Amino acid sequence: MKKKKSVVSYNKWGYIFLIPFAVVFVIFQLIPLVNTIKNSFFEHYRDGLTIIGPNWVGLKNYGKLFSEGNILKYFKNTMIMWIMGFVPQIIISLLFAAWFSDPSLRLKCQRFFKTVIYLPNLIMASAFSMLFFTLFSTVGPVNDILIKLGIIKEAYDFMAHTGSVRTLVALMNCLMWFGNTTILLLAGMMGIDTALFEAAEVDGATANQVFWKITLPILKPILIYVMVTSLIGGLQMFDVPQILTDGKGSPNNSATTLIMCLNNHLYSKNYGMGGALSVILFFITGVLSIIVFKFSGNEDKYGKA
Amino acid sequence: MADIKINTVEERVKGSVKSRRVVAYVVLSIACFFCLIWFYILIINATRSKGELTRGFTPIPSTHLFENLHNALTGTQPILNGMINSIIVSVCTAALCVYFSAMTAYAIHAYDFKFKKAIFTGILAIMMIPTQVTALGFLQLIDKMKLMDNFIPLIVPSIAAPIVFFYMKQYMESALPLELLEAARIDGAGEIRIFNTIVLPLMVPAMAVQAIFSFVSSWNNYFTPALVLSTDKKKTLPILIAQLRGADFLKFDMGVVYATIAFSIFPVVVVYLVLSKFIVGGLAAGSVKG
Amino acid sequence: MKKRLLALSMAMIMAAGTLAGCTGDTAPASTTGGDEGGSTTTEATPTEKPVLDENVEVVDVSEEVEGKVLNIYCWNEEFKSRLTDHYPGYTEVDATHGKIGDIDVVWNITPSDDNAYQNNLDETLLKQDSAAADDKIDLFLVEADYALKYVDTDYTMPVTDLGISLSELSTQYKYTQDVMTSSDGKLKGVSWQGCPGVLIYNREAAKTVLGSDEPADVQAAVKDWDTYKATAADMKKAGYYMTATVNDTYRTFSNNVSVPWVSADKKVQVDDNIKRWVDDSKEMYDAGEIKSTENLWGDAWSSGFYPDGKVFCYFGPAWLINFCMAADTDGSIANQGGWGATEGPQGFFWGGTWICAANGTDNKATVADIMRKLTVDKDIMVDIVKKDDDFVNNQPAMEELAASDYTSAVFGGQNPLGMFAAGAKNISLDKISAYDQGCNEEFQNAMKDYFDGNADYDTALNKFYDAITTKYPALSK
Repeated sequence: MKKKKSVVSYNKWGYIFLIPFAVVFVIFQLIPLVNTIKNSFFEHYRDGLTIIGPNWVGLKNYGKLFSEGNILKYFKNTMIMWIMGFVPQIIISLLFAAWFSDPSLRLKCQRFFKTVIYLPNLIMASAFSMLFFTLFSTVGPVNDILIKLGIIKEAYDFMAHTGSVRTLVALMNCLMWFGNTTILLLAGMMGIDTALFEAAEVDGATANQVFWKITLPILKPILIYVMVTSLIGGLQMFDVPQILTDGKGSPNNSATTLIMCLNNHLYSKNYGMGGALSVILFFITGVLSIIVFKFSGNEDKYGKA
Repeated sequence: MADIKINTVEERVKGSVKSRRVVAYVVLSIACFFCLIWFYILIINATRSKGELTRGFTPIPSTHLFENLHNALTGTQPILNGMINSIIVSVCTAALCVYFSAMTAYAIHAYDFKFKKAIFTGILAIMMIPTQVTALGFLQLIDKMKLMDNFIPLIVPSIAAPIVFFYMKQYMESALPLELLEAARIDGAGEIRIFNTIVLPLMVPAMAVQAIFSFVSSWNNYFTPALVLSTDKKKTLPILIAQLRGADFLKFDMGVVYATIAFSIFPVVVVYLVLSKFIVGGLAAGSVKG
Repeated sequence: MKKRLLALSMAMIMAAGTLAGCTGDTAPASTTGGDEGGSTTTEATPTEKPVLDENVEVVDVSEEVEGKVLNIYCWNEEFKSRLTDHYPGYTEVDATHGKIGDIDVVWNITPSDDNAYQNNLDETLLKQDSAAADDKIDLFLVEADYALKYVDTDYTMPVTDLGISLSELSTQYKYTQDVMTSSDGKLKGVSWQGCPGVLIYNREAAKTVLGSDEPADVQAAVKDWDTYKATAADMKKAGYYMTATVNDTYRTFSNNVSVPWVSADKKVQVDDNIKRWVDDSKEMYDAGEIKSTENLWGDAWSSGFYPDGKVFCYFGPAWLINFCMAADTDGSIANQGGWGATEGPQGFFWGGTWICAANGTDNKATVADIMRKLTVDKDIMVDIVKKDDDFVNNQPAMEELAASDYTSAVFGGQNPLGMFAAGAKNISLDKISAYDQGCNEEFQNAMKDYFDGNADYDTALNKFYDAITTKYPALSK
């Protein structure tokens, strides 16, 4: 009886420790979120210095987004560019993580490699895009080299073709984030008992078998974490395509992402349309994340909590 | 004994290991090249004058580095001030973020209380709200709270960082046995003391990883600071760089822009290299196991 | 977040006011308001663009008590350095503070990137009424592309309310006043600069292809757009591109339109002359006579600053040559004095900054004095020309300098000031709208797809309409 009581009194600390998170969340996220949702039902923007609205318009903003806003196209662009960047990124990260953790390989300079691969993440996306822009300009060094090698005859305008623009965006995202992902995976692998690998080795398991049978299953939770956070990050993709295409999403808006579209609506402080787009984005993110969780059979995670 | 055993194993698979090792080295070297080249290009560009930069890229350094740096530091943009502001904001953000995320994760991990499951699921759902979604409402709110042009709206919200929380929670499941807490309680330690003196030290590797991540993202963040900060003295480096780049066409000098970027990357690289031992070093002490 | 040379170019394009100019032609166009309060006399042609009301009463402000703080809002350091270097009595305290007598000058500088400057300015202006006297904006700067957004509101104060009479400003170029005339005929701001543009040509290319690098001979080859296109074909045969990018000529077309971008009922309209820019540029780009579809300020654009870039001409005002064309770099054409200047097919202007007084200012006399000193005082303005190579907004002073023995090294010994002075006199800007910044920007963006062959004209045009109605929800197609 006594013991139970003390457990209960311990457990009230659960609530106490949650207070900072809860307070900050309510003030800085929940209230703004509610505001955003509310805004989405009003016509509210600036015309020069004149404030129009807020006037209640019901679902009109949503209707407008779908009827003329190309929102599905922007969603598609966002997903295509995310997948183009994420797939190579996760493959490279898994490969590196497997190599680093493989005791039979005994790689030298591990520390150096592990340190270096995260470095691109330290460069501001804007600076990174500036560099890419210079390198891939029609008069830039990449074109120079390709012409000198005889691969192409005349300068290729990387910024004028859907495929090349999307590839560059994906490449930049991949470069910036594969180190981060590798580090997360490695952190996940560190927990794997090395005896497990040694035992597998003694049993004559190949590197492939070790990877698929031991490494991957153990990595599953962290892989899900990586996928969900990357997906969320991907849906929020903005800096890289915005800067690389100078905010145009060219050619033909094929590199315009959802957040770039949101950014355009913010130009005239269009709280109504911006709010509606935000709400849609919120739903998309939620639905996709739930799908990832479900497909990865991660429900028991919740249960454990 | 053990050595001999491993040697025999190795002999058996020696050939394949050797070739795999070569492949690994080659691929890793290529990857490193693509990671480091950007720093090289940045530094090269920082050494070139604005006229030279209009000639397009060359891989050969020029001689204007100190001139550019001098111009950047003595120019009208308060770069040093910006550096200090960036350090204040990023350090505070990283510290608050990891400390309180660990605390939140600990609350969910170590205690049993009503609605715990619901709260956990709720926090995961919050993770999915993109920053930009709430930006409009956020701005309206801090304007009402008279917090415009203040560091508080940049720092304090990091206390509620669901993504960091999620990572910490995963980590605790493998690295923080509840028995340890029971033992401490029997010794009469208070809950806050337990968290600060027993739990936190065990969390150091995870906290270091997330501290780097949040320091870097705060250091490079432009979106929120640009909306919130308006006086020059309070601006952080990314805003000042944008300001340099948006400079008047009469004064516009890409050499100075590149020099400033190189200058602003320097502290992050240092912080990263200092903290990176937690990431790349031994950290065998358990980890993010499901 | 963001950027690259590119974004820069955006900010620049905005900076580079590309406004409707008009030679008094015909189509009855309308800008935002119509011209009721205004008068009648200065222009004979029927246009709805407001005309300055010469009879506005000048308010005497000499008795008013000056506030302690002068708040200045701007987007770069240019005006600050003008004030520091040329305004008598200004002393700098630090990068964002100064003093004029007892008055503290506070600089609030926000870059124009991502529209940050206007966002910040707008927020503060909207709170101007309730702000404490020392926090109110006293003076702010605008560019031509969005000047009307502020001019046609009560947030700007007529210069006559500051005690400045219009007759004092008679030395200024007319177009600089066109830009700042509100729909009720009041002058809401003044500028110290004039930014008339000329065609800047590569002398070596001119010699090779046209047989002469004399301005008059080159002018004959570019005197109108048809001749210009014929010359472009010759240039191509000789291995030269006519211009570096399709956007080089944009302002010469957009400054010479007959209808403004936005009609009185807020409909977006594409002027025939703008359409002509599209057609000509497409034709020339497809024929290989224009090097690139990239933005101004990009690498392709600046490649022509060097002989191996093989670009025949650029369009721009004085500042472009002095500061941007790499005159200080060995091997550039400018460095060798290899450029020449001529009028080109049509007159235009590029750039310029205007000073506005914010309504609610408690430093009227100081603001007025700054305006007088920087935009009227001949000695100070000549000093600006000499020290900063700016082209100033003072007709007699510039004409004097044009007749002097001033020569430009970049232009191989030519004195281009006469040409600039003549250009400035002929610019007329009565076809502007408050939305020009976004229209110019989005139109060029949208047309890039057409030039690149990624879209047909109608698709590109629809993209423009989508983009512009997103940016300005008040407008419709």
